[in-house]
Amino acid sequence: MGIEITGVSKRFGDFVALDDVSLSIPSGQLTALLGPSGGGKSTLLRIVAGLESSDEGQVVIEGRDTTGVPAQKRNVGFVFQHYAAFKHMTVAKNVAFGLEIRKRPKAEVKAKVDELLELVHLTQFAHRLPSQLSGGQRQRMALARALAIEPSVLLLDEPFGALDAKVRKELRDWLRRLHDEVHVTTVFVTHDQEEALEVADSLVVINDGRIEQVGTPDDLYDKPASDFVLSFLGPVTTLGDRLIRPHDIEISRYEQAAVVDGPITRWTRVGFEVRLEVTPTDPRHPDPVQVVLTRSDATALGLHPGDHVWLRPQPGADAVVHA
Amino acid sequence: MTPDTWDLVQEAFWPLLRGTLVGTIPLALISMALALNLALGVAMARLYGPRPVQWLARAYVSIIRGTPLLVQLFIVFYGLPSIGIRIDPWPSAVIALSLNVAGYAAEIIRAAVQSVPKGQWEAAYTVGMNRRLTLQRIILPQAVRVSVPPLSNSFISLVKDTSLTSLILVTEMFREAQEVAAASGEFMTLYVMAAVYYWVVCLALSAGQSRLETRLERHVAH
Repeated sequence: MGIEITGVSKRFGDFVALDDVSLSIPSGQLTALLGPSGGGKSTLLRIVAGLESSDEGQVVIEGRDTTGVPAQKRNVGFVFQHYAAFKHMTVAKNVAFGLEIRKRPKAEVKAKVDELLELVHLTQFAHRLPSQLSGGQRQRMALARALAIEPSVLLLDEPFGALDAKVRKELRDWLRRLHDEVHVTTVFVTHDQEEALEVADSLVVINDGRIEQVGTPDDLYDKPASDFVLSFLGPVTTLGDRLIRPHDIEISRYEQAAVVDGPITRWTRVGFEVRLEVTPTDPRHPDPVQVVLTRSDATALGLHPGDHVWLRPQPGADAVVHA
Repeated sequence: MTPDTWDLVQEAFWPLLRGTLVGTIPLALISMALALNLALGVAMARLYGPRPVQWLARAYVSIIRGTPLLVQLFIVFYGLPSIGIRIDPWPSAVIALSLNVAGYAAEIIRAAVQSVPKGQWEAAYTVGMNRRLTLQRIILPQAVRVSVPPLSNSFISLVKDTSLTSLILVTEMFREAQEVAAASGEFMTLYVMAAVYYWVVCLALSAGQSRLETRLERHVAH
């Protein structure tokens, strides 16, 4: 069941936002739609929600064909990047609203709102207005509001995009835990590969209105189907004539069978990591190679800026595609 | 100020106050209340009505804003009787004033509704509200807060514009001033007095507007 998307296309004027996209999102999972801005991932999410109509194709949510069904009748929970809090209502009222218009009994609404506010840790803010909350709190309120209607699917459009780095990290850990508790089929859009890899059960990489690859975070990271997926899911560098992740390169100060060799021309320390640039002596591959290793490895190997080093792929480095 | 002038000021004090309390202020309040209802209808017609209705709303706003209030008053009071519709000065004034203010207020309300972010509509749809309910419960309450300052300005203008109704024989404050002035010949004194009365009323309204805005502002920070 879950969400079945078949042959969905969408154009905005000449711009093709989605080109014949078919995708099956399993029930109960946390799925990330990942891709660069303008790639079509938000458009796809909005089509599922009914906030945008598709030119062609069909969306079936939990066995129900949604063609022609307006957003308000799809029973989807939607969380927006910029919260879209109802500013003139208190936090509790925001959450209760979807239930009140469904004419649920007062006591039931109150119980449900209390339960949800507890779940999103906003109980003590129930009577505040959204303007009195921080960004992270507002987004948690928006999530409670979306969950209140007991949606068949929960959709989040760049939910943490407007928050600062620390809060973003907290909230995504929290979303993961929340999903483990609530188990509603959840799809979230992000352009942040780290966020997607960390939170999602399964990833859908979307670029230029097409699906590049679908799989678990491990699948995509280790067995990328294309250069695009490889380079989108993390840093890559060119070693000889191949693309490889900078931490999958073995580096040595002693001459060994190597793909390229050359001096360390750049040395940057970021926290526990050391990022190097090695400029190959081989004129056929003149571009500097990026290498990443831990500080302790760099010390153990006795590396210094300017040293001549030999580079080759680590044994078992799968993420290699011919450039 | 000569003693004679002082006597005149004291003599005119009550008639002018009476004109303000039974003429100017009720005229402005009633016209404003009617105008707001009409303006809401016109704004909704212009935003969400079927094409011909949108066009009618647009034409109405254009005509009202493109013609002087004095001419509108004259058409209602002096013009309509020649096609057999005779209306007393007071109701004539209320009709012309409210039609006039509604033309401007409709545009203010339309702009305020459009200033509410699109995300509010979408958020309301996804929790299950239809368009009408969204408008009533989500969009209009937020639009009201945006439109209070410009609507207050319209109201203050309206209070001053009621002076024009003296020309269709409504006994409001300025008409009282004109009558005392004509009888005594002290035009300067009486018209300055009338100016002071308007100013005081508008001062009070401005104070009220500030308080109302502060109260509403608490809810719309960000």
